[in-house]
Amino acid sequence: MLEIKDLHAGFDGNEIIKGISLSVKKGEIHAVMGPNGSGKSTMAKILSGHPAYEAMGGEILFNGENLLEMDAEQRSLAGIFMGFQYPVEVPGVNNAEFLRMAHNARRVKAGEEEMDPLDFDDLLSEKMNMLGMEKKYKERNLNDGFSGGEKKKNEILQMAILEPKLAILDETDSGLDIDALRVVSEGVNKLRNENNALILITHYQRLLDYIKPDFVHVLSKGKIVKSGGKGLALELESQGYDWVTTEN
Amino acid sequence: MADEQNSVSSILEDKTYKYGFTTNVESETFAKGLTEEVIRAISMKKNEPAFMLDFRLRAFEKWKTMKPPEWPNVHYPPIDFQNISYYSAPKQKKVLDSLDEVDPEVLRTFEKLGIPLDEQKKLANVAVDAVFDSVSVATTHKKKLMEVGIIFCSISEALQEYPELVEEYLGTVVPVGDNFYAALNSAVFTDGSFVYIPPDTISPMEISTYFRINTEETGQFERTLIICAENSYVSYLEGCTAPQFDTNQLHAAVVELVTLENAEIKYSTVQNWYAGDKETGKGGIYNFVTKRGKCQGNNSKISWTQVETGSAITWKYPSCLLLGDNTTGEFYSVALTNGHMQADTGTKMIHIGKNTRSSIISKGISADYSSNSYRGQVKVGKNATNARNYSQCDSLLVGDKCSAHTFPYIETANSSVQVEHEAATSKISEDQLFYFESRGISRENAIEAVISGFCKEVFKQLPMEFAVEAQKLLTLKLEDSVG
Ligand SMILES: Nc1ncnc2c1ncn2[C@@H]1O[C@H](COP(=O)(O)OP(=O)(O)OP(=O)(O)O)[C@@H](O)[C@H]1O
Ligand SMILES: [Mg+2]
Repeated sequence: MLEIKDLHAGFDGNEIIKGISLSVKKGEIHAVMGPNGSGKSTMAKILSGHPAYEAMGGEILFNGENLLEMDAEQRSLAGIFMGFQYPVEVPGVNNAEFLRMAHNARRVKAGEEEMDPLDFDDLLSEKMNMLGMEKKYKERNLNDGFSGGEKKKNEILQMAILEPKLAILDETDSGLDIDALRVVSEGVNKLRNENNALILITHYQRLLDYIKPDFVHVLSKGKIVKSGGKGLALELESQGYDWVTTEN
Repeated sequence: MADEQNSVSSILEDKTYKYGFTTNVESETFAKGLTEEVIRAISMKKNEPAFMLDFRLRAFEKWKTMKPPEWPNVHYPPIDFQNISYYSAPKQKKVLDSLDEVDPEVLRTFEKLGIPLDEQKKLANVAVDAVFDSVSVATTHKKKLMEVGIIFCSISEALQEYPELVEEYLGTVVPVGDNFYAALNSAVFTDGSFVYIPPDTISPMEISTYFRINTEETGQFERTLIICAENSYVSYLEGCTAPQFDTNQLHAAVVELVTLENAEIKYSTVQNWYAGDKETGKGGIYNFVTKRGKCQGNNSKISWTQVETGSAITWKYPSCLLLGDNTTGEFYSVALTNGHMQADTGTKMIHIGKNTRSSIISKGISADYSSNSYRGQVKVGKNATNARNYSQCDSLLVGDKCSAHTFPYIETANSSVQVEHEAATSKISEDQLFYFESRGISRENAIEAVISGFCKEVFKQLPMEFAVEAQKLLTLKLEDSVG
């Protein structure tokens, strides 16, 4: 589904990603770990098409298409979703209305009719129940004044509405309390099927207890320095990053 | 990516001012310059009653002693008032009895602007007075309004048909010497709209005027007078556009509103005069307007709603004189500046009667190199027991080369008064737009959502179709300013 080949990328001419190759197939879960500042969020932003970040070499194919030629909107419509590490606040725009806009953009792309607010409200309620979210998420403005954890839950709600083919969750677990982590993880698991894939960026083994990765990659200074199975995350948890990052 | 954005903005550039065309109609234009003779000629040309000429000459005498105001936060080279023509009218053979006699070019102009005037196509629920350069060319739905006693016509016609009404109210809200531009307008105005709503009448439709400046070197000085008698209500809409010229055109209008006991006037404007070249700032309209309403009768109400999106320079403070007891004044404003536009706009609420209420909601959006100032005055007289005011002035910045300013002035001479003022500044950021785009929502829809969220309280005051138009207009103007 996703094929990253020797990707070099950064912003303002600074190279942050220094040659990453990664292949993600349908149904797979990949965890990406690594020290602060190693380039994990940069990689996520490159994948989702943030205009401030540029590819400086290599290529990214998504279901055979050249991802780097698509803008963020097209990538989203093609089925890529990024759960932001720091979701932005948008005062004045109602959360439910935002979600409906996003949902309808997909429907329009698929040649379907837009969903009216009443029908959409039913869909939204269903997804919110699944994620154990209170009604206030509908009424409030987009992330406006949300707590750190509330913002993360709201990202997963968006994922539930958009049903992406490939979701990249950037530290969605950070900021969630223990109960919320469980509920959100269960929600993510329910959204999984053999046709979609997940890239989880995280610092904590705990998330991986709930959502079991097929592969774990360690990113350091813009490169994948180690890849392995679930066990790698456990080793990292007990030993830290030094042993993998100094090996190279 | 960068290339693509450039080509997108160049396409939008053309779209941004789609009203920038001129129309070739034969017009009769006075030679440039302003003298007593010119004023007498205007008055004669329009066959006005004697009091009108007297009014004009008094205004002219005042004007000669006055100077253009220097306090607004706008900058422009001095205007040569002798280099402007004060009268331009589409040439027509005689007084018009029906639309069939209006120059078809003029009708087409209004149709292009989305305002069909002819009988088959006219808007079903809106009566329109179309003012082309300085002259009213057509007024629709007159008969239907007349059936309930509502007078809706050009002010020239009102001077012929209802001179006593005009004489009774004209200049009672904005006196001839009120300010430099109001005095100029009083001396030279050539047309505008007149509305009289008789007692106990709710207007069965929206009433509106569309202004169109067409000629390059004429000033446009229209005059609007609306009187709403006891227990009556009217909602009035005003729209303005002008062609693109490299020179600046002066537009100095005066609007006077009067409400008698229990009456209400709701006055809405969508102003989209040509704003000048976005890059160089060349050309565009100088929009120096005096708008004021007088709540004369007890329990009456005047509400101004404005969406200001055009003009090179705007200088405009729709105000309310709350004379009667329990009267209410409202001001809802969205002012957008982009390119090199400058706006200094706001309101004055003058509380004179007891239990008077006013509220001010002002939303300023500035982009590119523009400057956007809110200037508001709340003044409470010593007899205005229990007067109350609420003001909220928010600014939204797009980019980092623009500026926003707020100048609130509050003066109270009565201790039982409650005055509240709130202000906030926010920004549309590239990250916000990316957030929308990363959810598959187009940039255009994202800007529209953020802007309409910011302007919500003002847009909901506008009649439905106007709100939709206004929102589209703002989005279009901002699309290439963000990011
Ligand atoms: N927009 C930006 N402006 C300035 N520096 C940036 C920007 N984006 C990334 N960087 C820098 O690039 C490097 C990689 O940042 P990135 O956010 O990708 O790290 P990360 O692996 O996600 O770290 P964390 O675990 O702390 O989230 C850091 O040194 C960061 O400071
Ligand atoms: Mg990060």
